[in-house]
Amino acid sequence: MSLVIRKEGMLTTIQGLGRYGLQRFGINPRGAMDRTAVRLINLLLGNAEDEPAIEMHFPAGEMFFEESCVVALGGADFNATLNDEKIENWRPVFAEQLSVLKFKQKLVGNRCYLAVRGGFNLALGGDKRSKSKAAPIEGLPLKKTDRIELKVQSTSDDIFPNRQISNSLLPVYSNFPTVRLVAGGEFDLLSESDKRSLAEEDFVITNDSNRMGYRLRGPGLRVKDTAEMVSAAVSFGTIQLLPDGQLIILMADHQTSGGYPRIANTISVDLPLLAQLGAKDKVAFNLVDIEEAERLTMQFEQDIRRLRTGCRFGRYW
Amino acid sequence: MLPTRIFPLGENAATIEFGNDISEPLNDAAVNLAEYFETRRFPGFVEAVPAIASVTIFYNLHEVRDSLPENKTAFEFVKELVETAGANIADKLRVNSRIVEIPVSFREEYALDLRFIAENSGLSVDEVISIFLSKLYRVYMLGFLPGFAYMGIVDERIAVPRRASPRLVVPKGSVGIAGQQTGIYPNESPGGWQIIGRTALELITLGEASPCFFHPGDTVRFVDTATDRPIDRGGNHKRHSFF
Repeated sequence: MSLVIRKEGMLTTIQGLGRYGLQRFGINPRGAMDRTAVRLINLLLGNAEDEPAIEMHFPAGEMFFEESCVVALGGADFNATLNDEKIENWRPVFAEQLSVLKFKQKLVGNRCYLAVRGGFNLALGGDKRSKSKAAPIEGLPLKKTDRIELKVQSTSDDIFPNRQISNSLLPVYSNFPTVRLVAGGEFDLLSESDKRSLAEEDFVITNDSNRMGYRLRGPGLRVKDTAEMVSAAVSFGTIQLLPDGQLIILMADHQTSGGYPRIANTISVDLPLLAQLGAKDKVAFNLVDIEEAERLTMQFEQDIRRLRTGCRFGRYW
Repeated sequence: MLPTRIFPLGENAATIEFGNDISEPLNDAAVNLAEYFETRRFPGFVEAVPAIASVTIFYNLHEVRDSLPENKTAFEFVKELVETAGANIADKLRVNSRIVEIPVSFREEYALDLRFIAENSGLSVDEVISIFLSKLYRVYMLGFLPGFAYMGIVDERIAVPRRASPRLVVPKGSVGIAGQQTGIYPNESPGGWQIIGRTALELITLGEASPCFFHPGDTVRFVDTATDRPIDRGGNHKRHSFF
């Protein structure tokens, strides 16, 4: 009862919503880049929101289902086909036994997620005493012929084809999004004109960008006080100013601490927009205060709660 | 010690700063406040991460706000908790009194930069080792790599800048110096610290409830495996078990 990697993708890993609690030991929570996508497709399948999903980059390879199952795709649109028939993102889809899933083309975004109904059977990350040696480990790249066991088998009765996510919950992905920020600890060390540059100019995602962080190219910025800072905790979405005047945005695999000026932090509802960017894409920033940032997150979480309740209604497994 | 400032690190975390220096009182304040929150978890609390002179408290915004009045921000709530905590732990002694010993081999094959450090300091290799062993160090924080402890403060006489060109591979267990900091690579990794020796201790075991050998605030004593004792006993601290 497995999903098999038939053709290896660029960087295909299994990712959940991050494991917190060990940052004081320098251990980063890691997890999916686009957590909203993972939560939403899990809800569509009746899973727990934090059930690990497969994160794919393009080219995403091919997968083969040894048994029938119900799947959902979300995040980037890689023009997926199941047995050569196009399937849509953000919908539960029934994959019959021996189905082949392919990804033809990168249409929007850079990271596509696949969840299966019931979830995958995984070895605990880095746990050497894991019972099953064959089980893939969360966060490690999946290779050709890797088999990922499914926790449950599904029939075509297990699908709710009409189950949909309201537009208000779906991130509006773009290759030039405006991302909202809250000021960071060293924001006020920027000059007024640099603050304006941050809010008004465009920033390009450089090739030097990956799951750890994105290096941006934009107007050179400078903090007034160049005194060395002692290292302190940073977070997913923290924007630091490097000594060369350019910005770096810390992403899912960032180190737990940093010593560069913390200019701002990305608000969590806009992290998925960042997570879907790739090299040469652009981003613009817009500052909001903490009250607004909290309000936006609360609104989003209330919408998620509504979806969760809706998905539970009529659930019969 | 009272915080100098509190600011949001996004809407799911707040950083509390005590200053901007590497000093034991500031680090004590950070470790104590982190411990205070870890033992008094509020609804929505995720974790408290002590750093050199600050603590960052991570929380789930919506869980925190579920128990607050409609218009109160989670950030404001956490800020108030910190103020209350400040009054409660102001004059407390250090929470963490662990002392750990690290056996280090200074053999040439392991001490990749020992000669360079000696030349840079105008001292002999033996003098460098003896100065290094003569101090107790404090774990100011963990970061950079899982289980990597930033320790200080290295004697000025043997302080040395990072390598101009970082090594692509620093062997696991390497003990390095960078400025007045010292640290140990828990695993093989690229890195630019000057390597003075190597330990065979396992510093990280993923999958364990307490995966790391070092904890923030630990006191560390290095011992030479060749002589099996520190050159200077560094006071009459009791030796504690490692875990």
